[in-house]
Amino acid sequence: MSVVLDADRMARSLARIAHEILERNRGIEELALVGIRTRGVPLARRIAKSIQDISGHEIPCGVLDITLYRDDLSGNTSTVGPQPVIHKTEINFSIDGKVILLVDDVLYTGRTIRAALDALIDFGRPRAIQLVVLVDRGRRELPIKADYVGKNVPTAASETVQVHLTEIDGRDEVEILP
Amino acid sequence: MKKDLLGIADLTPDDIYRVLETADAMREIGQRPIKKVPTLRGKTVVNLFYEPSTRTRTSFEIAEKRLSADTLNVAVAASSVLKGETLADTAMNIEAMSPDMIVLRHASSGACHLLSRICRSRIINAGDGMHEHPTQALLDAFTIKEHKQTIEGRKIAIVGDLLHSRVLRSNVLLLTKLGADVWVSGPPTLVPPGIERLGVHVTTSVDEAVQDADVIMMLRIQQERMQGAFFPSLREYFNVFGMTKERVRLAKPDVIIMHPGPMNRGVEIASDVADGPYSVILEQVANGVAVRMAVLYLLAGGVEDEAAA
Repeated sequence: MSVVLDADRMARSLARIAHEILERNRGIEELALVGIRTRGVPLARRIAKSIQDISGHEIPCGVLDITLYRDDLSGNTSTVGPQPVIHKTEINFSIDGKVILLVDDVLYTGRTIRAALDALIDFGRPRAIQLVVLVDRGRRELPIKADYVGKNVPTAASETVQVHLTEIDGRDEVEILP
Repeated sequence: MKKDLLGIADLTPDDIYRVLETADAMREIGQRPIKKVPTLRGKTVVNLFYEPSTRTRTSFEIAEKRLSADTLNVAVAASSVLKGETLADTAMNIEAMSPDMIVLRHASSGACHLLSRICRSRIINAGDGMHEHPTQALLDAFTIKEHKQTIEGRKIAIVGDLLHSRVLRSNVLLLTKLGADVWVSGPPTLVPPGIERLGVHVTTSVDEAVQDADVIMMLRIQQERMQGAFFPSLREYFNVFGMTKERVRLAKPDVIIMHPGPMNRGVEIASDVADGPYSVILEQVANGVAVRMAVLYLLAGGVEDEAAA
């Protein structure tokens, strides 16, 4: 087990991402953050706070649950697989014409992001969608790429990347488990 | 949860809470501009209704469509049932076309259990005779929880035709499982013998049942199931057991009034109560779609203990 990001480095990465977002996007009024459940949500809130501290602008922040859009739910009808718990999606603003910053903790196969894109598009027509991830662990199965990355961590398929966030787990840390 | 949803009797309190929590997430889909998610894409759901129904059938159909299932309604009035085919034969024939789920409403108690034994498809009970109507009880619980936050310890008065009501049975099973204080009231001729064994208080005085209640649930007088005279006249029934403004005043000031529909205005419930400020009757209908989406979703797979990340 090795720690690849401690609390201090995580805070710096997120602050850097907030700066990069502001650098790359002119119209700050058009920006909105959407965090993917579960750990994308506190990350999106932290980035929103950073952007507000830097620019003085409040960025709307939403919550997306992608469970109903997963590609492994209604495949083979003969399997009686267990059904994951669904939580609420809360996007209380119009995403039409906005630049949506989609936030997740780990980018891996890309299937979660694929589902998130489908889900977002059911809410309207954003002008653009950009992807923010804390950790990119590689091994993509779909042609998906992040726009902002906290840390690139090459991994083996057998390894597990575990993200801990204070809001959920009581501490900030990213570790790789064998 | 098990393969089928045949009745509340088979559910644990955890199962019930799981359905209610899932329904809470499902409700948001109905408020989107695009009211559809791809979850049950490619699944076929057959709605097999042997009894007339507007609310339940429409509600199931909307729930199925919002989850992107392919739905099929078999209107029994225009089917081979009229030519004398048995329920089992009809079910086997539908089953041969390999649907994933069958939603059944039937006038005979236990019809869903029969289908459950002979069908590989998942069976959802949409009302079987005088036995159970589980999705109605679940949507009632959802509505109560929304207004009262908790169900445990709440006084719930259920008034009306207790004998013929599958809604009553499902609700009593569910509410007592979750620890509510359930009171039932109706004319002695319409009280099923032994009902107190289900853990409810029985009284012929509506006023006693309604006193300090958090929830008043009215049941329809089911004239179509009544063979014989159970009470002298509808007018007399209304005078003794009907829910009037005066009776509502006996309950808690924040009481909610529920009715599973269809209502007989002026028989079990006064119009000014049905349309009044305490009435949540139309909310029940709205919540029905979310609850049925939850049931369809949960039955489409099994249930695991915790979500995969």
